[in-house]
Amino acid sequence: MSGISLPQITFLALSAMALVSGVLVITRRNAIHSVICLIVTLFSVAGIFLLTHAEFLFAVQIILYVGGIMVLFLFVIMLVNLDVAAKQAQFSSHWLVAALTAGALTAELVYGIYLGRAEFKASQPVIFPAPAPVTNTQAIAVGLFQTYTLPVEIASLLLLVAMVGAVVMAKRKFE
Amino acid sequence: MIPISWYLYLGTGLFTIGVIGVLTRRNVIIILMSIELILNAVNINLVAFSQMFHNVDGQVFAIFVITDAAAEAAVGLGLIIALFRNKETVNADEIDLLKW
Repeated sequence: MSGISLPQITFLALSAMALVSGVLVITRRNAIHSVICLIVTLFSVAGIFLLTHAEFLFAVQIILYVGGIMVLFLFVIMLVNLDVAAKQAQFSSHWLVAALTAGALTAELVYGIYLGRAEFKASQPVIFPAPAPVTNTQAIAVGLFQTYTLPVEIASLLLLVAMVGAVVMAKRKFE
Repeated sequence: MIPISWYLYLGTGLFTIGVIGVLTRRNVIIILMSIELILNAVNINLVAFSQMFHNVDGQVFAIFVITDAAAEAAVGLGLIIALFRNKETVNADEIDLLKW
């Protein structure tokens, strides 16, 4: 492993993009700018999925996250008047405690990964899933609809409950 | 090939950004967006380990996480609309009815 290969360069570029726009998400004053930065982050993460040969997740990430959830965010930002909030302080008063907590957590995680770096090398040059005739989408379909049928049903019920709940809560008034 | 630890470092970075966002921002909508960042960090880890073990279960689980994120966003944004209608604010520290 001498030098740095093209997938590695791509990975570094994508993760730099994801991290920079992630920082922008939590520092922007205007919520619309935050949404746009979050979309950039989500696209970068989708690119990283593609880099790991998770093609189906790449498509799901773009269609569901960028196309669905982010549009939901934009609609709510338009419904809620944010002009007042944009002029007020953006960070709560206990930000120092929060930053220290997050810093300690990160240091712990990074130290753990650093200790286990020998284990995390792996990743032989094998196209996933290994034998060619099964594509990534087929493998996921088998996992979803054969191995994990009950969780899929539970997830569909969860989505139904969330949909009804969102409609009930956003309704103008109960009659 | 990309070492798995790189994915884990990226996941840690995104997770940290999300945690800082949740803990420090006052705007509830930005807090929800930070939660989306955290869920994405989880997904990166799941996909990385799925590749490491050559097992598709990690990607299936990532789909469940995305489903959860969609449900959470729908309910959370419905709550924000109801909240804004009643209290005329989106600041998390002004919603202190249960605070002693």
